Amino acid sequence: MTEFHYLEDVVTLECDQNKCIGCSMCTVVCPHGVFIIKDKKAVMAARNLCMECGACMRNCPTGAITVEAGEGCVRGIINELLGIEGPCC
Amino acid sequence: MNAPLMILPMAQPVPEGAGEFRLPSKDQPVVLGTVMTKVGEVPRIGSDLHWADKRGHYLVRWNIGRDHFTVDPGLYGMGEPINDSPVLVTANYKLSFDLLRRTMGDKSCWILVLDTKGINVWCAAGKGTFGTEELIDRIKASRLQDVVSHRKLIVPQLGATGVAAFEIKKFSGFSVTYGPVMLQDLPAFLDNDCKATTKMRIKEFPLHERLVLIPVEIMQALQQGLPIILFFLLLAGFVGDGPFLQAAVSHGLPPSLALLTGIAAGTIAVPLLLPWIPGRAFSVKGGLCGLVLFALLFTSTVFGMDYSLLAKSSWLLITLAVSSWFGMAFTGASTYTSLNGVKKEMLRAMPVQFIFIVSGTGLWAASLWLA
Repeated sequence: MTEFHYLEDVVTLECDQNKCIGCSMCTVVCPHGVFIIKDKKAVMAARNLCMECGACMRNCPTGAITVEAGEGCVRGIINELLGIEGPCC
Repeated sequence: MNAPLMILPMAQPVPEGAGEFRLPSKDQPVVLGTVMTKVGEVPRIGSDLHWADKRGHYLVRWNIGRDHFTVDPGLYGMGEPINDSPVLVTANYKLSFDLLRRTMGDKSCWILVLDTKGINVWCAAGKGTFGTEELIDRIKASRLQDVVSHRKLIVPQLGATGVAAFEIKKFSGFSVTYGPVMLQDLPAFLDNDCKATTKMRIKEFPLHERLVLIPVEIMQALQQGLPIILFFLLLAGFVGDGPFLQAAVSHGLPPSLALLTGIAAGTIAVPLLLPWIPGRAFSVKGGLCGLVLFALLFTSTVFGMDYSLLAKSSWLLITLAVSSWFGMAFTGASTYTSLNGVKKEMLRAMPVQFIFIVSGTGLWAASLWLA
């Protein structure tokens, strides 16, 4: 388990159980172990650890996962607001 | 009846020249020779890092030349690759490329470098340049299907933010296996039949990783902070009592030191002590570090001197605003903050930071006139 926790109840991650086919790709790509497979369906076991990178959504073959993906980066957010393509990373 | 129109989530105009046959330039310091393949001479690279490579790594860690630290995108042969050697995908940030070849040591493989404009895998994946379309184009441009006999790619797990494995399979025929998060686990992953342990899939943020980020944070903070310091010194010199130089030092130096204290708190203390500083919001962590550092550095020194309470409180406000701001800026380099979390934090913290820096500067200017 990670020693780092960011703010609670802020992320936009959602997983539609009806669309999930239990391929487990989300458990592979998530860098924070948010998903587990339970009864052949993906379950968000640690939703607050989500960093909204969007890897799960991108690799979900049925579009069951949605998240407002982006970088949790002050400089990036300001650059986007100002409409400039500045360096972030 | 027509089939329903399928709109791909990443559909973008195909860039000019995409997919046209192209191998990387052999005229690069990293290229040792060539590997003869069915499609031509592929540049050969080795695992040794030379003095010039290490010098480049050192400089980019200090934010120097980071925009142009690249290798030519395309296919490279590492060691003595044959047609069933694994294909590893990476970004064209030279630091990423160099660390990959060093990690591979004497293992032979193919390295497919995507054009990420010199950005590392994770950040480029977030921006989409390390992405599905670029990977499909690069496979095609390298004629990879003629170079290797298998149809497998190993993509760094953190690249999954930009790469849809099922689309790569659909459009190129290559199946993507996601490698471990950390490069140091790659040899063990390859030896274990390309299977990652649960631990290899989790991004941690240990001390040594936070430490190497500090120089870039300092350099970026100084870029923003030095003009303000110049402003403090000049205003103090012109408005403060006594000759220019003396006034600049006696009245301009304390707020400048307060600002530098804030920068040190936000860019050194926050990364260093991140897991142990109370609070979850980085702006809170930054502000707390600023407060402690200010108490340590100021109370026993400048506070003992003959300055007005107005001036002293203005320095504290400046340190708090600056430390909170640069603590918050470290979210960008951290590995666990979310877009919506940072937005929420910014909405709450920036008004406070703004009020602190404006009132701090205002009180300090007032103390100049009153003195």
